[in-house]
Amino acid sequence: MEMVESKHKWKAWIYLSPAIILLLIFTVWPIINTVRMAFLENYSGLKAIGGATFKFGIGNFQKVVKYQKFLQCLKNTVLLCVITVPVSTVLALLIAVCLNSIKFLQKPLQTIFFLPYVTNSIAIGMVFAAMFNIVGSFYGTENEIVVTAGIINNIIEFFGGKRVNWINTGSSYLANMTVMVVYIVWNALPFKILILLGGLQSINKQYYDAARVDGTSRRRIFTRITVPLLSPMIAYVVITGFIGGFKEYTSIVGIFGEKMGPADDAGRLNTMVGFIYDALSTNNQGRASAAALILFGIILVVTLINMQVSKKRVHY
Amino acid sequence: MEVTLQNLTKVFPSRNKKSGEEVIAVNDMSITIPDGKLVGLLGPSGCGKSTTLYMICGLQKATGGKIFFGKDDVTNLTPENRGVGLVFQNYALYPHLTVKQNILFPLQNLKGEDKLSKDEMLKRAIDVAKLVQIDNLLDRKPSELSGGQQQRVAIARALVKMPRVLLLDEPLSNLDARLRLQTREEIRRIQRETKITTVFVTHDQEEAMSISDEIVIMKLGVVQQIGKPQDVYDSPANLFVAKFLGTPPINVFSGYVKNEKICIGDDVVLPAKGVEDQDVWVGIRPEGFVLDDNGAFHCGLNAVEVMGRDVSVVATNNNAVSTTIRAIIPSDAGVDHESKSVTFSLKPYKTFIFRKDTEERIYLEK
Repeated sequence: MEMVESKHKWKAWIYLSPAIILLLIFTVWPIINTVRMAFLENYSGLKAIGGATFKFGIGNFQKVVKYQKFLQCLKNTVLLCVITVPVSTVLALLIAVCLNSIKFLQKPLQTIFFLPYVTNSIAIGMVFAAMFNIVGSFYGTENEIVVTAGIINNIIEFFGGKRVNWINTGSSYLANMTVMVVYIVWNALPFKILILLGGLQSINKQYYDAARVDGTSRRRIFTRITVPLLSPMIAYVVITGFIGGFKEYTSIVGIFGEKMGPADDAGRLNTMVGFIYDALSTNNQGRASAAALILFGIILVVTLINMQVSKKRVHY
Repeated sequence: MEVTLQNLTKVFPSRNKKSGEEVIAVNDMSITIPDGKLVGLLGPSGCGKSTTLYMICGLQKATGGKIFFGKDDVTNLTPENRGVGLVFQNYALYPHLTVKQNILFPLQNLKGEDKLSKDEMLKRAIDVAKLVQIDNLLDRKPSELSGGQQQRVAIARALVKMPRVLLLDEPLSNLDARLRLQTREEIRRIQRETKITTVFVTHDQEEAMSISDEIVIMKLGVVQQIGKPQDVYDSPANLFVAKFLGTPPINVFSGYVKNEKICIGDDVVLPAKGVEDQDVWVGIRPEGFVLDDNGAFHCGLNAVEVMGRDVSVVATNNNAVSTTIRAIIPSDAGVDHESKSVTFSLKPYKTFIFRKDTEERIYLEK
């Protein structure tokens, strides 16, 4: 066995080389380079080409943290994560359980719930923006023509509520965040439902028969049997949900456009990834790299906490 | 608790709507399972025995007929209101709960008057764990147990709420041969100690005969015979029952009755008092053959298999339904291994005749 191994080792390396070379160029080197740039103060790609040298230090990190916008971005990112991941997970679980317990229309409904997953998120964002958007003079000048307050406001008004300025000029942070939460949750549901429904369908039906013979209430069946048996899937969607949540960016662009906020307060809803993007577009690769490392650190810590919790709560 | 099934019927609707053929899993079944007895439902797969068990349990609704526990009509009650304990074929232990939590689970479901305090629950769980001898495994997870231990946990979980009737679905099918012997004695002992009326389902006739007080033999949803295992073996009601019970199986021959004599081919083997002349199936248990040079029954000799205490004579006969027949005779009877033929006389009480058309037993006058 050993002889065979040594004889063909070089062959194995040759077979692996295309993948390894691509990974080295496009994954490993960028990671190393990111770390390098983060610790070179005021690093900029253009200046580097011009022959400038940069001092080694943690100046980039200090700058990032001091930056007024950074804290806003961090706050937005964390808030969106902390709200949307639990909400979407619980909703997805409820929908999956309901879907699993019906026979009639199960397949069509499954397809409908999965559709958002295959839809472009910018397109979804634009539709959501239209739903919440106010077109006309509600908040503009008096000469503008009133067109619509958006379908959501129409519904609110139908039930006797007052319309809300969701995303336009003069809208509040709370209103903006509400729209974002609704949109992100809705966007996150299909994948979670798919995973959880798959998990539910793989649970042995005999557990439920056994529970029925023992006279277990529906609630207890859900909390003591379904959820524990589904816990690996739940852990999976929560962990990937947090990781995805910290990388939130396109959804904001989808609703608010590149300004990342209402017209009168650009950047109000900017996120960590948006911050990195801004730094890159102004040729501050050093600052962008430092911010990326900070984001990496946060995701790492959150994932470690997640995994620690799941060690106790997840039953494989 | 006496369990009475009255004209119990279960019809499964056809899966294919076009063909529209319904499946009658259990057909007009009426039996009484006496209080405190261990009863085995026995039959080949697809005979409706598991369906019957699930109907007694309440997981499946009867299409027709009634089920009584004692004097209570439980036909329309849900499983939890019947007071039954069910042990599933693959145990269905909750994998994320420890043995103790598994056993406690049914008790924690109790509501209202029946609700127990934590100490009472624990006491009952430990008592039942001791009964099935798993009290040293209480903190393990099911995945850390052997098949036999899982089986005991499943029985403990079924017993802990003191059911009126205990139901076991193929209790030994997931165990290896050695454990099977041990566990079936264990089931017998637990049943004797608790005196709970117990019904179990099996396709293994040896398993059913060895521990049951009574066996119910089913075929295609219809009960064939009910009785004590030995009685059923000694006096099968029809050819199916005769063939189903016994290892090695009974030898069946195409024969006829003429002048109140049972004949197989040219051999006139036994008297048949009071039976009209007709073609019949003749069934002879392997132990019904006696080596006898002056015997009436002539066979070709194929092989002699030595088993120690007995020898198994593999013989041929033109009128046999199967290609070879098998006779078990004491090893000291002196079989001539080299001979090409062998002659038997037959034990009358090990030989049965059945009608050719209905395969019903024809009883002889004594």
